[in-house]
Amino acid sequence: MWLYTFKRLLQGVVTVWFIATATFIAMHNVPGDPLLNDRAMTPEIRANVEAKYGLDQPLATQYFIYLRNLAQGDFGISFTQENRQVNDIIREHFPVSAILGVLAVVFAAAGGVLWGALTAIYRNRLPDYIIMFFVILGISVPSFVVAALSQVSLVNLNSLFGTTVLPVAGWGTIFHMLVPAMVLGLGTMAYLTRLMRSSMLEIISSDFIRTAKSKGVPPARIFTKHQLRNAILPVVTVLGPAIAAITTGGFVVEIVFAVPGLGRFFVEAVQQLDYTVIMGTTVFYGAFLVFMVIVVDVLYGFIDPRMSMK
Amino acid sequence: MQSLSSADFAPIPNSQEVHGISRPSLSYWQDAWIRLKANKRALMSLYIVIFLLLFTIVGPWIWRVSPAAQDLDQVSQPPGSPRVALIVDDYTPWFGEGNPLETGLRTFGDPTTQVVRLQWNALPGAAGHRIYRNLFPLGPERAYGIPIGEFFDNNTLFFEDRLDLKPQNYYYSVVALGQFGELLDSYELIEVDVKRVTTIAEALEQELVSHTSNFQIGDAIDMAWHPLGTDYLGRDMLARLMAGARVSLFIGIGAPFLFVLFGVMYGSIAGFLGGKIDQVMMRFADFVVALPFLLFMILFKIAFGVGPGESGVLPMLVALVILMWPATARLVRGQILLIREQGYISASQLLGAKTPYLILRHMIPNTLGVVLVTLTFAIPSAIFTEAFLSFIGMGVVPPTPSWGSMSNEGIKTMLTTPHELIFPAVIISITVLAFNLLGDGLRDALDARMRNQE
Repeated sequence: MWLYTFKRLLQGVVTVWFIATATFIAMHNVPGDPLLNDRAMTPEIRANVEAKYGLDQPLATQYFIYLRNLAQGDFGISFTQENRQVNDIIREHFPVSAILGVLAVVFAAAGGVLWGALTAIYRNRLPDYIIMFFVILGISVPSFVVAALSQVSLVNLNSLFGTTVLPVAGWGTIFHMLVPAMVLGLGTMAYLTRLMRSSMLEIISSDFIRTAKSKGVPPARIFTKHQLRNAILPVVTVLGPAIAAITTGGFVVEIVFAVPGLGRFFVEAVQQLDYTVIMGTTVFYGAFLVFMVIVVDVLYGFIDPRMSMK
Repeated sequence: MQSLSSADFAPIPNSQEVHGISRPSLSYWQDAWIRLKANKRALMSLYIVIFLLLFTIVGPWIWRVSPAAQDLDQVSQPPGSPRVALIVDDYTPWFGEGNPLETGLRTFGDPTTQVVRLQWNALPGAAGHRIYRNLFPLGPERAYGIPIGEFFDNNTLFFEDRLDLKPQNYYYSVVALGQFGELLDSYELIEVDVKRVTTIAEALEQELVSHTSNFQIGDAIDMAWHPLGTDYLGRDMLARLMAGARVSLFIGIGAPFLFVLFGVMYGSIAGFLGGKIDQVMMRFADFVVALPFLLFMILFKIAFGVGPGESGVLPMLVALVILMWPATARLVRGQILLIREQGYISASQLLGAKTPYLILRHMIPNTLGVVLVTLTFAIPSAIFTEAFLSFIGMGVVPPTPSWGSMSNEGIKTMLTTPHELIFPAVIISITVLAFNLLGDGLRDALDARMRNQE
């Protein structure tokens, strides 16, 4: 198990290096000039600024400086915000995205498992049809539409009660996080519900359930111990990619609900061609996602004892 | 127990019928088609997809309205709104002459979409006045609306509003200003019902009337018809939805087609060759999978660059292909590994078949079912990605319409004119839903191993 974890971590480091290199190559092909703005720049000043950011070096040297800084956890200085470290920007805005993402993942996973199990138990009966209708809705309606509609409903809700029941936008308290997290997790929840449903259906019709029933195990115990525990395994395997989808999917939700997260900041940085911020954020996100997938895979080994045998 | 007689042991007559084949033999694809036809949801989705393709390809030939043409007399009009307009004279400036006997805030002449003329008497204690316009009556919080004009003297007691007028009710307020331009407490309010008008020149220009027809000032004419209303720039929603469908479906179908094609080639080569080459190729695919998808979509899009006058469709297509091929490649490789061990491959090799022939003749056709299912599921996710990127302003470049960018424009006015958001949102949802259900149906029909439990 430990050897497996170590191997996965090593693979992860190589993957992060690949992400960093791809980011470097992509960014150096961007047309346009980061130093070309409305301020007039004499050649001397330009040379100074280029020297400051290392832009006068050959590309290979730039690449190695970039990798060395990355290895030390230094993403550099923002191009457009004077004297602001990219590390500071990430430190300031990432926790917001992370809290929102964690809430969304918890919401999606809990909802997905619950609804999926319910639909399987009530297969081809009314609860199944109702839940699957909403699942199909959750899969086919884009998140920005859901975000906009939920904002309108919040406005109506607040004006109905005459006070602010739940804030429409912004960030700060737990009440600010609730609705954005639900909107963010909705698509993933729909996906997990479908997965849980088919996995649960497979379990329900399997032999060991019939055995448990025939030897008189109470239905509640069959449900929790035998069905849920086994059916949940495929859901856990896709949690890693699901976290990835939710974190990057946060862009839209952060924009619509005015949440000061890293996703919104990334979009702004792209619009301003803030090279170091774009590169830093991309590599940081990439490393985070690679790490999350490894964590989920390793955790899976603990949940499913069969895995550690391999 | 029943007793048996000797008659029970008589031999059954040898009938030819037993050996006959009761049903015609079906190929794999014929069988799949029968299964798909039996699936009502999938068939319904197939019809919707066909309708969408017709809407995209044939639609612009039937509804010949330019998606870029602006109808400034009908801006942000929901579908079915009245479109009768009165013909009036050309606009002439007005300098506040009117009937001085009337008092209070009042209109001069008929309030029309061309101009609303306001007159008032100096408010008590005012050193100047500011005029506000609102869509809603003055509530308890005294929301006057948007300021549209202000005068820091007491000589100017009239105002002409020509700012983006629509045929609806407006609430105008005039509020007294103090010595330093601060708002005082006294105000007057008037509700104005604005009528839609147009001038002869405009009517001729928009071809609402012909030169030969007989009309005069005061006649009522019908404005241009917009079945689904207009957007915030007065562009026809139906025409824009059709033009947007071209962009959205071009990316949504073109990109999956290309990356599935690439993934099939990559995966089949890796799977067939096996060994070291396979390992290296699949490790590279793993790296590409690890790239954070949306961030790299945006990165690649700005790396390719969009020149002036370009729509930004091609960069997005290329970025999608670069990032999304590995899933297909993995799947196809797995299939090829299975097929490679089958007897008929050895038989073909024994007959002298070369590798390209084996791959093209035997392996790829046998993976086609799985590939088709992947393709169908890749389409909605590509459509989503396009809509998502266009929504955050990283997709197609305005004025090119796409469903995502139309939603982005519509969301800004969703409280006052919800149709601008609803139409693109609904059509995205229907398209994604149709392709998803079709994919489910195809999977059930084509591939016994992937068949789900529904």
